[in-house]
Amino acid sequence: MERKVLLEQLSNAFGPSGDEGEVRELIAEAIRPHVAELQVDALGNVLARKPGNGYPLRVMLDAHMDEVGFMITYIEPSGLLRFGAVGGLDPRMLPGKRVLAGRSRVPGVIGLKPLHLATKDELTSVTNVQDLAIDIGAEDGDEAGQWVSVGDYAVFHTCFGQLGEAPSDGRSGRVKGKAFDDRVGCAVLVETLAGDYQVEVVGAFTVQEEVGMRGAHVAAFVAEPDLAVVLEGTVADDLPGEEGAPPSTRLGRGPAITLMDRSFVADRRLVDWLIETAEAEDIPYQFKRPNVGGTDGGAVNRSRAGVPTVALSVPCRYIHAPVAVMDLSDFWHTVELLRAALTRLPMAGEIGDGSI
Amino acid sequence: MNDTMKDLVRQLTAVQGPSGYEGLVRDVIRTQVEPLADVVRVDRLGNLHAVVRGQGSGLRVMVAAHMDEIGLMVTHVDEKGFARFTHVGDLWVATLVGNRFVFPNGAVGVVNVEKYEKRPRVENFDKLYMDLGASNGASCPVRVGDVATFDRSFLDLGARWVSKAMDDRLGCSILIEVMRRVGNQTPHEIHFVFTVQEELASQGAMTSAFSIQPDLSIALDVTGSGDLPGATPFPVVLGKGPVVRVSDRTTLVHPGVKGWMTRTAEAKGIPYQLEVIVGLASDAEKMQRSGAGSAVGVLSVPCRHLHTPSEMVDVDDVEHTVELMVALLAGLVDLERVG
Amino acid sequence: MSDDLLAVLKRLSAAPGVSGAEATTLRALLVELLTPLADEVSVDVAGNVIAFKRGQQTGASRYKVMLSAHMDEIGMIVTGLEGEFLRFTQIGGIDDRVLLGQLVLVHGRRSLLGVIASRPPHVVLPEERGKVIPHDQLFVDVGLTANELKRQVRVGDIISFDCEPVELRRDLIAGKAMDNRASVTAMYACLQGLIELNHAWDVYAVATAQEEHGSYLGATTFAFRLQPHLALVVDTTFGHMVGLSEAETFKLGAGPAFSVGPNIHPAIHRRLASLADSLEIPYQTEPLPGHSGTEAWGLQISRVGIPTGIISIPIRNMHTPIEVVALKDVTRAGRLLAHFVAGLEGTFVEDMIPGT
Repeated sequence: MERKVLLEQLSNAFGPSGDEGEVRELIAEAIRPHVAELQVDALGNVLARKPGNGYPLRVMLDAHMDEVGFMITYIEPSGLLRFGAVGGLDPRMLPGKRVLAGRSRVPGVIGLKPLHLATKDELTSVTNVQDLAIDIGAEDGDEAGQWVSVGDYAVFHTCFGQLGEAPSDGRSGRVKGKAFDDRVGCAVLVETLAGDYQVEVVGAFTVQEEVGMRGAHVAAFVAEPDLAVVLEGTVADDLPGEEGAPPSTRLGRGPAITLMDRSFVADRRLVDWLIETAEAEDIPYQFKRPNVGGTDGGAVNRSRAGVPTVALSVPCRYIHAPVAVMDLSDFWHTVELLRAALTRLPMAGEIGDGSI
Repeated sequence: MNDTMKDLVRQLTAVQGPSGYEGLVRDVIRTQVEPLADVVRVDRLGNLHAVVRGQGSGLRVMVAAHMDEIGLMVTHVDEKGFARFTHVGDLWVATLVGNRFVFPNGAVGVVNVEKYEKRPRVENFDKLYMDLGASNGASCPVRVGDVATFDRSFLDLGARWVSKAMDDRLGCSILIEVMRRVGNQTPHEIHFVFTVQEELASQGAMTSAFSIQPDLSIALDVTGSGDLPGATPFPVVLGKGPVVRVSDRTTLVHPGVKGWMTRTAEAKGIPYQLEVIVGLASDAEKMQRSGAGSAVGVLSVPCRHLHTPSEMVDVDDVEHTVELMVALLAGLVDLERVG
Repeated sequence: MSDDLLAVLKRLSAAPGVSGAEATTLRALLVELLTPLADEVSVDVAGNVIAFKRGQQTGASRYKVMLSAHMDEIGMIVTGLEGEFLRFTQIGGIDDRVLLGQLVLVHGRRSLLGVIASRPPHVVLPEERGKVIPHDQLFVDVGLTANELKRQVRVGDIISFDCEPVELRRDLIAGKAMDNRASVTAMYACLQGLIELNHAWDVYAVATAQEEHGSYLGATTFAFRLQPHLALVVDTTFGHMVGLSEAETFKLGAGPAFSVGPNIHPAIHRRLASLADSLEIPYQTEPLPGHSGTEAWGLQISRVGIPTGIISIPIRNMHTPIEVVALKDVTRAGRLLAHFVAGLEGTFVEDMIPGT
């Protein structure tokens, strides 16, 4: 029950790329009792260390704290706020949505010409970000300037909640909220850090993944792991559609293992490690469709002299949209799989002798 | 001499090794280089390093040829036994329809496109599928995640050789032959690195260069040729010698390295060509900027039909590239001299 | 001071120094200009020109600030010879619209003056006359015979715009390569200013190589070696002119722009702004929600991360041979940089990195 509260808090927290402080504080408080060391680096990544029993293998677990959002770029004399996209905002998602802006979290709406007055072309084409504006209800630019400044951030205004009937144990059923990519990964990592393992585990809660896997570059360089598991909330596009092309992932089928995405190829030995664990522990799993999306894996994999890497994700519908949907059973299966896999380390075979 | 080289190229191009899955190639190359190097090791991403200590009066030099080739990865097997796939590296859809692909477990499949009768212009891979001759999903010999490469054998046309994966097994073969001819008659400490994942984002070159921190690095690869019907004007052609690259899509070669290459070729009477090629990149990009960076150059062999199963090179170009590479590594380098 | 700075700006603007080929008169000029202002001037393998000025701090462990202003300009490179003409492609992002009829220098065996050739309007079909010709269909004419051309020019030779800077009304100057020689001039002015000011930190003022084409090769490899505690990038931004919205551009003469966003450490921005206020230097704020398009993007994630800031000088007509800059913006940027550097103390770094 308590853990669903953590997921809720993380999902609701304000943390676009470059302004992750609120998320950082929540996470630091949640993990402090379970880790030996906690440091924050020059970019704002949180690096937490559990020394283990001294077995000489360092595993880095990575989840990013930031979400896609908005940056106020210009205050119109009319009081409307022009904005730019922080990370991969989908312009189709923006008209008619609600946001929270600036340090004071002022509510605003992304307005739209009424359909009664719009032309046929306007009704059927997607409006560019440059032609949209956030309305906080200010009379003019001066009043708006009292609430926000150029350079301030905004995020979607979405509250976490249950969809349908909720079993009281909080371990199944579907939930909605914003920023499941990657607060879900953060929650999985927080849960995992509560366990005990023989190997050394470094939990890296990174910044600025959405604008280019930025924090992970630095976190991997600092941590110098022997291998890494990236935790994500990933694309599930299991809507009814064409036959043939397989969906990226499906809700309810368990955690998704990455074989290859646009940013890196997973080390096959680590893929097999996760598969063997899942089968031994009877945990459902699926594969993420190869060559879809990029993740912190790309940055970690090529750090220093190279780090064998794999990614494990919780399927989420509508990521990068104002409201995402996820199945709690997938979340808990992901936690179970990761904890069981870590417990199976050390395993036979040296990482680095090229024995793929 | 050429027969040994031909056999080596034939052997190496035949092995299956798409980006991220280079193990089989590495095994073959390792057998070849172990007797030729002072140290042989494999790093965390699977790069194969063969170090020649040299006489110690020169630089730390890294020479890279990539082991990986382009290929496919199975993404889905349907209940009828047909497989869907995605590309590993940059594949051109037009080379796939009707072509055969082989998997490490020996399974072979044929690729075709949906609604073949209407011959749509295929823009992406979603309309393609592979037929392995299975009667249903359960008996399909491949699963999600399996990787495949073109199934095409080496062709000896006398003055020219044709094969899949000339890019860059030819480079690997050249490096092996260079190692044989140089021995330890070099002032430099040379790290011959057979890299992984060049076809993706040169992750192998980036991480191996980081661990070596060379003063000077050279990428050995293949490049395009401008002697095909309808080709965009491009001065490089088959048969006129190895190509000294000045710049490409991502990399501006160090002027001192370019000067060293052209001067050496002229001094030894080895024909060479110069290129500015906008459509390609190489391991040089990452070697140039990894860590504290190094002075970088690119030496390539002209090749027709890049990224198809029938890449063609000129035999004399291959020999001249070996000769030039040997001459370069045998002598000292003055990086300040630009002319 | 201003006259001297104008002369420096004009000399720097005129010198040819295309990305990858900065080792020309440009390098010699920079060494000449910087030597009297620094303790040591050196050149590294990437071609960076580095002016080192020791600070007053005592103790073995020294704080280092890196100032980064790229010296390279966009240009062209010969791709082939066709009879009496040269084919070329671009280095960096050339605006195709300005190429026809431009004067250029071809750096072959010797510098050859050339013209970007065009067919006269009389023979061009009416429907073609309205189209911009892409650069790969253009030629350079240096007025030699085909045989003579082969002796003088080879594939890979560099082509730069041939352009002397010109003073316009008020204190505006038009010339090539104001991106980024204006910033290099500001860095020069900073070093001049530091002669009068005490500064504790060691200063590395670097005229970097290969920014326009090369993914910040010069800056990132240098920073990897130096490991500065803080980096300030000086670059140019879009100057306001008719036809562009105020939301996307900055007035010339209204002071430098300080950037905010994920690529910039907020503490650095805050200090720049408060310093500008106390020095009564006007400034503007540039919101950068993602990739900053500057070397700061590579510097920020170097090794364990470097707190970065960006100061930009507005210029009109970016990436053409007639970039326009206001000299007073250059002077102000230089003065600001000098005072920023002089005000750096050790605790600034500690305070910047949030502990837990």
